[in-house]
Amino acid sequence: MKQIEVKNLSVKYQNAIILNNINFTVDKGDYIAVVGPNGSGKTTLIKTLLALIEKSEGKIEFSTKKIGYLQQKISIADSNFPSNVQEIIRSGLLINKKSKIYSSIDNEKVDSIIEKLGIEDIKYKLIGKLSGGQIQKALLARAIISDPDILILDEPTTALDPNSRDFFYNYIKELNEKENKTIILVSHDIGAVGKFAKKILYLDRVVIFYGTFSEFCHSSDMTKYFGNISQHFFCQRHN
Amino acid sequence: MELISLLLRSVQYEFIQKALLSGTFLAISSALLGVFLALQRKSLISDGLSHVSFATAALALLIGLSPLIISLPLVILASILINKLVSHAHIYSDSAIGLVSSLSIAVGVLIVNVGSGFNVDIYSYLFGSILAISPIETALCIAASLITIVLIIIFFNDLFLISYDEDYARISGINVKMLDLTFSTVQSVVIVVGIKIVGAMLISSLIIFPAITSLQIARSFKSMIIFSVSISLLSVIIGIFSSFVFNAPTGATIVLLNGILFLIFFILNKIFKFK
Repeated sequence: MKQIEVKNLSVKYQNAIILNNINFTVDKGDYIAVVGPNGSGKTTLIKTLLALIEKSEGKIEFSTKKIGYLQQKISIADSNFPSNVQEIIRSGLLINKKSKIYSSIDNEKVDSIIEKLGIEDIKYKLIGKLSGGQIQKALLARAIISDPDILILDEPTTALDPNSRDFFYNYIKELNEKENKTIILVSHDIGAVGKFAKKILYLDRVVIFYGTFSEFCHSSDMTKYFGNISQHFFCQRHN
Repeated sequence: MELISLLLRSVQYEFIQKALLSGTFLAISSALLGVFLALQRKSLISDGLSHVSFATAALALLIGLSPLIISLPLVILASILINKLVSHAHIYSDSAIGLVSSLSIAVGVLIVNVGSGFNVDIYSYLFGSILAISPIETALCIAASLITIVLIIIFFNDLFLISYDEDYARISGINVKMLDLTFSTVQSVVIVVGIKIVGAMLISSLIIFPAITSLQIARSFKSMIIFSVSISLLSVIIGIFSSFVFNAPTGATIVLLNGILFLIFFILNKIFKFK
């Protein structure tokens, strides 16, 4: 079932073309890794999908409004913000919520997601006083508390230690495999995404490649782009 | 003993009752606004708008109209102008506030210079005269504060999310632009009605100080709101009584008390590490 359809999408900023004629579709249960060099437009693509950046041309259609988002940590408010983890996670329930008041059921949902992610010890801690890994776990909890159909993650593991990174990728994989959540993950960690994602979207202002990993591994275009050794390494990690 | 009887006697005066009533409402609304403005790093806007209100009050006095009638629309326009300068002209927000603020002071000073006959009146708008507040001004202050308080209660969770993570608020379907515009307007109204109480030069401190002081001790968002409102009420009520007892300017006394409370909590936080 088609969940996202992007047609002839272009984004311009002043006179510069950031994204040019992007076309792709996302099906339910897909796990797509969006990769590409610095400045290739990965974050712009994600923010345009989420309507945080205005598109210049083209169409973006979603079949669901239930979307969870986890952005790069650096864009979040500073360490002095006077809010504890419970309050931050609960704010994830505001997505398309008609009543602006939290109910006791909402609080139970918060407790349940905290337990699921094993972060009971930081429930009442100030968000700004946590380590990078703890903050990302709290923000992941916020992103999934509303039970989204699609989870969009923009470089969620930047600045995480290897243990937190492993936890993260394994948890996302579980969400994809057990709960059939659609995942769109932007990452520089090409080894890790090669291991977990089902499809790859290689972006460099235009879509260079979009397809399954097996197609990617046999693509001579990608060999030209990556070089033989890098492509081989990438494909090895996936197998 | 003598002090207590003086304070008890003072409560019987009508001007003290009016000051306490309007001061209490203003303390609550400005503290609530201050929390969100401080966390969204927009607290300086209130400083800029208070300077605009000085110019508009001077203009009103020059043409012989009520400062409230002239100030209200012009200060709201100035808040929209600051937002537009930041979002459309891509001018840094502190620079945009600086531009509007200094221009307003210049215009205000020129108007005062032209209409030299109203120097005493403009002084009361510059530094406030809560003890001389009229029944209409009291009623307006209460009404504006009540609207602010009700709006903040209704949009509390939305404002929380906007303050922490604006992008996530947009994705959540919250109309950030509409709320921004609404609260810029509300902020302008509170500033305009507040200048008679603490003065154009000091009204922004009533918005900024309680929020920044409560940031020293708050361990959750809810506690920041409670601390901020309590600190604001404490400084306004004690400030009104102190200014009566010591015959000092009320606005300046309230701001000074806010400064002392900030210093106390700042030092306590350094020693006891509340956070």
